Order: sequence, then structure tokens, then C-alpha cells
Amino acid sequence: MADFANIDEIQLRMLDEVADLHQVPAGAYNIRANGKMADRASTANIEIVSKDDGSGIDVRIKPGTRHESVHIPVVLSESGLHEVVYNDFYIGDDADVVIVAGCGIHNCGDQDSMHNGIHRFFLGKNAKVKYVEKHYGEGDGKGKRIMNPGTEVTMEENSYMEMEMVQIKGVDSTKRNTTADLAAGAKLVIRERLLTHGTQYAESGFVVNLNGDDSSANVISRSVAKDESRQLFLSEINGNARCAGHSECDAIIMDNAKIGAVPKITANDIDAALIHEAAIGKIAGEQIIKLMTLGLTEEEAEAQIVNGFLK
Amino acid sequence: MLTIENLSFGVQEDKGQKEILRDVNLTVGDRKFVVITGPNGGGKSTLARLIAGIEKPTAGRISFDGTDITELDITQRANMGISYAFQQPVRFKGLQVLDLIRLAARKKLSPADACEYLSEVGLCAKDYINREVNASLSGGELKRIEIATVLARATKLSVFDEPEAGIDLWSFQNLIAVFERMRETIQGSVLIISHQERILNIADEIVVIADGRITAHGPKDEILPQLLGTASAVDACSMLYKGGR
Repeated sequence: MADFANIDEIQLRMLDEVADLHQVPAGAYNIRANGKMADRASTANIEIVSKDDGSGIDVRIKPGTRHESVHIPVVLSESGLHEVVYNDFYIGDDADVVIVAGCGIHNCGDQDSMHNGIHRFFLGKNAKVKYVEKHYGEGDGKGKRIMNPGTEVTMEENSYMEMEMVQIKGVDSTKRNTTADLAAGAKLVIRERLLTHGTQYAESGFVVNLNGDDSSANVISRSVAKDESRQLFLSEINGNARCAGHSECDAIIMDNAKIGAVPKITANDIDAALIHEAAIGKIAGEQIIKLMTLGLTEEEAEAQIVNGFLK
Repeated sequence: MLTIENLSFGVQEDKGQKEILRDVNLTVGDRKFVVITGPNGGGKSTLARLIAGIEKPTAGRISFDGTDITELDITQRANMGISYAFQQPVRFKGLQVLDLIRLAARKKLSPADACEYLSEVGLCAKDYINREVNASLSGGELKRIEIATVLARATKLSVFDEPEAGIDLWSFQNLIAVFERMRETIQGSVLIISHQERILNIADEIVVIADGRITAHGPKDEILPQLLGTASAVDACSMLYKGGR
């Protein structure tokens, strides 16, 4: 692996935060820094090309590609940058790949920085994708760090997708929208972890349409809201065939935060089995006491409980 | 080691103050294995919580190793060498068994080292080390993990509040073995609240608490025959209490 040519120190640190990248990764990658492509590589099986209108990239993964990865992190280190990017992923039949996205904003200025990434995934038959997306913000300027990710997933027969979405630090405002359409036998697992603090706002909405027989979805959200922050979790699962859907929202509320959870499950088929679970509550006093009996202070106990919950 | 003097604890109720413990005096010596027993609602668990610092007494003093700890909080007492195993262990979403054992040991134990504590309480360690300490664990499993956290601390005083409560027969057999081993290899003092004859049977001393008072305290050989005079220890305690009035 070699070092990045067009990436500065701050951007490198952001890459580490959002994609665990210290050096040029193996496999295909596209690194976008401050609104421009900074580095890119395709492989024999994975082709990354810019869209003709310059609005984003197309990632084409050949059928049968196995055990390869695609990294497409985005970093913003200039204040006042606003961008909307459309990235489309075409995953061929029987492919099995890992896709790592992520966005880091370093804003030391007074103007807001905003990245709206719209990702569309088209999974072929029997394709398997693990998608990891991390959001991270830092910088002590007054300018806000805003990210509004949109994710659309279209899954053909017997495809499988696992999505892990993490936003733990430093993003002032986020509105996430994820929609998925599943054909017969397709399976979708979404794990979201979210921590808000200060006056941050985070909204996360999921709409999953289980259209084919034996399709299934499991949406699991764990979040912690601290200080004055606010969160809203919206999940909608539509069972349009013989299918299984489960969504779970589990939240810890602290300080003066506010959390809303709006679950919706709709069965349009006699054989649709749908479950929603939602729970919001503060840290149980007994949990803190238990860790204090192990010698931790109240603050240490609280931090351990939050870290464990979001792990 | 542990000295309790004139300890009282009461709670405010509509009808006025309700006394849970009244004027309790007790000394637990170094390397002693002491079992507290007595009828339900007698104040045993409250005494354990007062020792751990979870509750504050309304009167009296508690000293540990010659230091008055009455005003110290839970963390300070824990760091001085007092461990406390909950009667109903707490569940944590996300926190894994390994995390909890590491926190208890206060060092970055290797999974192999942490496993030893789990094996000690009869759990097949590799099946548990990465499990979350959540509702997926049974009462007996949680209880044994709770005891493992106390073993990992290896402090001067370990207090167990009804370790046998809410566990299945299979777990119970293992549990007894754990305490029997602890009895043999005792390093610090052990204070166990229990109704179980097999645990009472390995005690150096037995303390009977009923209606907020110590009604009997002495060597096992002296107290146990009195308790076993009737069908169950609990009934016997009630009789003892009536007799002592």
C-alpha cells in the first residue's frame, strides 16, 4: 500500500475516522476531498467512473466478483462547502463485496459545511453486500457540520445486504432517509448507531418494502441523546408478500435531550409477519450502582454503559 | 476487618418512620466466612446494601479495616476493598461479559484470563465471554457472572446477597461448589446472605437477623443445630425470633 498523493493531514485523519484508512486501500476506491475527486482506482472486477454530468460516480461490480472491497470516503475540510453527490452502485449477480463509505467534515470556519450523499444500490440475484457508513465531524468553528444521507436499495431475488451506519461524534444536523425494495428471498439487515450531544439534531427514517415471498428485513437502531440534542426515528415496514419484518429502536435519553420514535408496520398480505419494538429510557440507576460497586465513579459508569450500548 | 456499631436504617412512610434495621452490632473478622440468615423481610439485604454504601444508615457507624466508612460512597468503599454481589444482577444492553469482568478486575485481562473466572463459576467460558449481559442470559447464568465479577475483584471483603435466589437446580449445584472452594481458598472475609443449609454448613459463623435485629450470632456448630430443629431454616428463624423476644 502506498500513501495518498493528494490528501493533507486533516483529511487523512478524517479518512481514518470514517473509513479506517491510513494508506491507499487494496481494491477499488474513490476519495473525494473538498468537492473534488482526490484519488481513484478501479480493479479488474470493479469499475468506478464519473457520471457524465459530474454529479457523482457509478460503481460497477462484475457478476461473480468475490471478496473484493470498494472504499468511497468523502472528506470536507473547507468551511462553507455545500455539495450534493449521487453515487450509484451496480452489484452483479452472485457478487460478494464490502463497500465502505463515510463522510468526515472538519469545519473550523464560521460557515456551514454540508454534504448530502445519495447512494443507490442495485443488487443482482444472489449478490451479497456488506455496507459500512460512518459519519464524523470536528472543528471548533461556529459553522455547522451537516450531513443528509439518502440511501436507496433495490434488491433482486435472494440477494443479501447488511448495512452498518454509525454517527457518533460531531455532526450538528443530519437527516437520513433509507428506502429498500426487496424481491423474493432477499434479506436486508440494517444496524444503526447514533450518538447526539450539544444541540445536535438527528432524524433517521427507514422505509422497507418487502415485495417478494420469503423476503425479510431487520432494522436495528441504537441511539443515545445527550445534553440538549434531539432525535427522531421513523421506521416503516410494508409487508407486501409472505415475508418477515422486524424493527427495533432502542434509545437512551440523558440530560435535557428529546427523542421520538415513530414505528409503522403495514401488512398487505396474510402471510406477512411484522414486529416492531421501541424503547426509550434513561440509564437504569441499578446499572450505575453495579459499576460503582466495581470501583468506577458515577461518570465512568455512565460512560461505560453508553459505550457498551453503542458498541 | 468489618465493624458495625449501633446501625439503624428506616424509611419514611405515610404512617411515619418504618424501621428496617434497629441497633445492629456485628464484627466480621479477618478471613472469616460468615453467613447471615433469617426470615424474608427481616433486614438482611438492607444490611448488605448499607455495607456496600448503596443505602445510608439513619444511625450508627460502619468501620472497615479501622477506617470509619459511614460517610463514604459506593465507589470509595469498592476501592477500599469491599465487593458486593447483587441478589438480582443487573442487565446491560451492549456490555459484554468480557467487558464486565475486565471492569471488575480493573485491568485489561486477556480473554483467556477472564475465562478462568467464568470457569470458576461453572460456565463454559468460550460460550459466554462475548455474550451481552442482557435479557438473553438466564437468571442462573447472570447470577454466576455476577459472582465471577466479585471473584475477579478479589477484595478483602466480599458480600453476596442470596446467591442462590432465582437459580435453577443445575446452577445451584455449581454455585455451592464455588462457595465451598471459596471457603477453602479464602483470602479475604466473606459475608453471604443465604437460606441454604449447604452454605450455612460451611460457615465459620452464622448470624440470624429477624425483624431488623440480630437474634443470634455464633459459631456454626452452635447456631446451625438450633436452625435445623424444624422443617426449614426459615421457620426455625421465625421460632428463634419469637423465642428471643
